[in-house]
Amino acid sequence: MDRYAKQRAFGVLARAAAGLVVFVMAVVIGVTIFRGGRVLLADPSIVVSPPGSRYALEGTGGFFHAVLGSAFIVGPATLVSMILAISTATYLQSDYSSERFSDAVNMFLNVLWATPPIVYGVFVLTIVIAVGARTSLFFGIIAIAVFQYPIMTRYIDEALRSAPDTVRESTYGLGATRFETAKMTARAALPGIVAGVIMGFARGIGDAATVLFTAGRSTNMPNGLFEPATTLPVLIFDNSMSFNEEVRAHAYAASFVLIVVVLGLIVVSRLLAGRFAQYVPGGRHA
Amino acid sequence: MAESTDTPRLGQRLRIERVSELWLRMAGYFAIALFALIVLTLVHRSLPLLSEYSVVQMLTSTDWDPSQNSFGFLPAIVGTVYVAVLSMLMGTPIAILTAIYIAEYAEGRMKTLVSSFIDVLAAIPSVIFGLVALVVVVPLVGDYLAPLFGASATGLGILTVSLVMAIVVTPFMISLSVESLEALPDELRETSLGVGATKWETIRSVLLRAAGPGIFSAVLLGFGRVFGATIVPAMLIGGQTQIPDSLFATGQTLPTLIVSDFGELMSIPITQSALIFVGLMLVVVVWIFNFGAMLLQRRLRRRWQY
Repeated sequence: MDRYAKQRAFGVLARAAAGLVVFVMAVVIGVTIFRGGRVLLADPSIVVSPPGSRYALEGTGGFFHAVLGSAFIVGPATLVSMILAISTATYLQSDYSSERFSDAVNMFLNVLWATPPIVYGVFVLTIVIAVGARTSLFFGIIAIAVFQYPIMTRYIDEALRSAPDTVRESTYGLGATRFETAKMTARAALPGIVAGVIMGFARGIGDAATVLFTAGRSTNMPNGLFEPATTLPVLIFDNSMSFNEEVRAHAYAASFVLIVVVLGLIVVSRLLAGRFAQYVPGGRHA
Repeated sequence: MAESTDTPRLGQRLRIERVSELWLRMAGYFAIALFALIVLTLVHRSLPLLSEYSVVQMLTSTDWDPSQNSFGFLPAIVGTVYVAVLSMLMGTPIAILTAIYIAEYAEGRMKTLVSSFIDVLAAIPSVIFGLVALVVVVPLVGDYLAPLFGASATGLGILTVSLVMAIVVTPFMISLSVESLEALPDELRETSLGVGATKWETIRSVLLRAAGPGIFSAVLLGFGRVFGATIVPAMLIGGQTQIPDSLFATGQTLPTLIVSDFGELMSIPITQSALIFVGLMLVVVVWIFNFGAMLLQRRLRRRWQY
């Protein structure tokens, strides 16, 4: 084979690999949407009806408890995590800490990011046992917040770093304090911060391993902060292994809901980033 | 007066500055504190087990039966390594080729399309991959692949998990590899093409070598991801604690050991300790791989000064 034939063969190979990845992923999304869509079309009310008393065995009622559980766990968790993440990321800026310190913290954040979610689940569960409580909505929130924290902080840190230096210089030049400057920098970096928070939310709402042991896997409506709850991914996980056809069908319907939420969040984060960018100095004009 | 309500007085501004500094400093140290707390908790909780059983003996014993107080981690360790190595063998070539396509071949709309598609896929929850695999990959492996090799299998097992994990981890490795390829200075490409190399020769001998550490670190991070993956293996591995004797055999990985035994056995302190020790093993291995990846990236960054 001469070198030009090699070059052509290689080009074909690279395209084929990309095509394969796109194809496999299209299958994943397609199967979820078709199988879940079929179940939902047959009975759309299962998303908003509460589970019956024999839900786990026969799939009576719907999985509204998991929809609410997801909202009640991931919503507050994202809020807590966001406040912490913005604070940490602000402290890592050069006004507050040295290059060395923020390098070190970033190393820890990378390691936390890569920590398997199941480890966060086990970690929070040991706290549950240590304080003598039982698994509940509250500990689900803590587990998800811990899981989201490194993800959001890395995104927000990146966003703050890419904020134009002129913002910092001009606010200091007007005699602002560090905190006032940090607020203005955050405003300039808003698109990145919002995108980071949404990405954290999307990851949090999709994760099952952290809440598997911390939220309680209940099949009742969540009715208190210290009562057991469940989330959509945990419901999908549990239902997928059921012997009852009806219960398994709910897993596909739930994954349809989940994938629509996650894809929707990503689209929203892109749109918001684009919209915000025009108000930011140096941002692109849409 | 308008002045005093619109702009707070200096004393007040400085007070806000001091309070906020305190809070931000605490948040800055939070990441380190969280890390330390996780390590200390896991170690502390593993001690009851470690003080009663020998680590070497537990790591090499194949006998896992928590109700009889025998904790042999070898089957799960072997299962985890099988899955991680197999998915890397399947996922890495595809990930690198796709990354090359995105970074060097694709242009304009196509490039935006493919790379945003891959970003989206990296965000799909793994429980959905597991669920789809139950209707696509499991029958494929059980009804077609296994008979081809003369094995009888239900379709749940090591190979199925590896295939699905390869799919889960590929988008993640692609975006990291694309990043390190695109960070290379353009002069490298120009010089290589300028002396008459073909595009393929440029990619193979110049770009892949230059971005090598970055791509290798992407593979290490991917390995760490597969190693700690929980939900997909728990759905697809079949959950029998034995050393798998073929690719189609069912098995157990370290994370699935936690999932399958935590529920009923967490009330027994020594079992609880054993499962927390599994968590400790997981993080140690994943962190080692991560640390290696970080060192490689740092080297790459110093070499190309970006």
